[in-house]
Amino acid sequence: MILQAIAFYLFSAILLISGFMVITARNPVHSVLFLILAFLNAAALFVLLGAEFLAMILVVVYVGAVAVLFLFVVMMLNVDFAELKKGVQAYLIPGLAVGLLLLAELIGAVAVRWSFPQHAMKGAATPANLSNTAALGHILYTEYVYYFEVAGLILLVAMIGAIVLTLRRRAGVRRQKAWDQISRDRAETLALVDAKPGEGVE
Amino acid sequence: MEIGLAHYLTVAAALFTIGVFGIFLNRKNIIIILMSIELILLAVNINFVAFSSYLGDLVGQVFALFVLTVAAAEAAIGLAILVVYFRNRHTIEVDDVHMMKG
Repeated sequence: MILQAIAFYLFSAILLISGFMVITARNPVHSVLFLILAFLNAAALFVLLGAEFLAMILVVVYVGAVAVLFLFVVMMLNVDFAELKKGVQAYLIPGLAVGLLLLAELIGAVAVRWSFPQHAMKGAATPANLSNTAALGHILYTEYVYYFEVAGLILLVAMIGAIVLTLRRRAGVRRQKAWDQISRDRAETLALVDAKPGEGVE
Repeated sequence: MEIGLAHYLTVAAALFTIGVFGIFLNRKNIIIILMSIELILLAVNINFVAFSSYLGDLVGQVFALFVLTVAAAEAAIGLAILVVYFRNRHTIEVDDVHMMKG
């Protein structure tokens, strides 16, 4: 139990510190790298909570795909980030005020004073005879199958949208015209000529 | 040293606040704003999973899965819009985005 407490405090401390570094780092590449660190620590917290499948999804989808997408975009766009950093002080005071107020409300009013109602059932989310992934699959493919389909549809729409948005047809680029190549027939490419002896072919 | 639900809720609340504060702090840089939104959604997911674990109900994890899906789609679309915008305007400053006079 003490080991679990130590792990919790370690992971959540690194999570909060790296989250803070995400928003304050000067270099956006560093921000993305701290975002990856934050996601990894959140995955560790999920493992502590007994949600192994979501932890692995977080590592694979977020660290493997979304964070790399952020990194890719940050490096592809040649933006003067020092210019964007100007005028931070103007938003510092209201930002701090709103942030501290929100933190006080969330922690003071919700987190600390939270108590379960009488009929709520405490216990592990995963049944004892199943692994977390199997239990999640049992519930996801039966009761929540329509929501699951909708999630797939959302991802499909997002994929098509991203492709349509970023696809660009530039003029003056020579492309292969596959249809023109395969639809040529013999008559327009080949001519049979009778060559008589002593004469050339025109 | 029992780690209870309140501990996880506190961490999630702090992470949520960091995300909101990041939007204030980086008002001009839309990439950092998108990352702050990711942090906010991560805090929400920690809440979902913590409640799922402490209430013994797996539905919280199912919902967290859908939040992850929507967050990934949102990041992809947002970054695609960002790339298109940068291609047209050669800047990503948020204050410059007033073409639609919204």
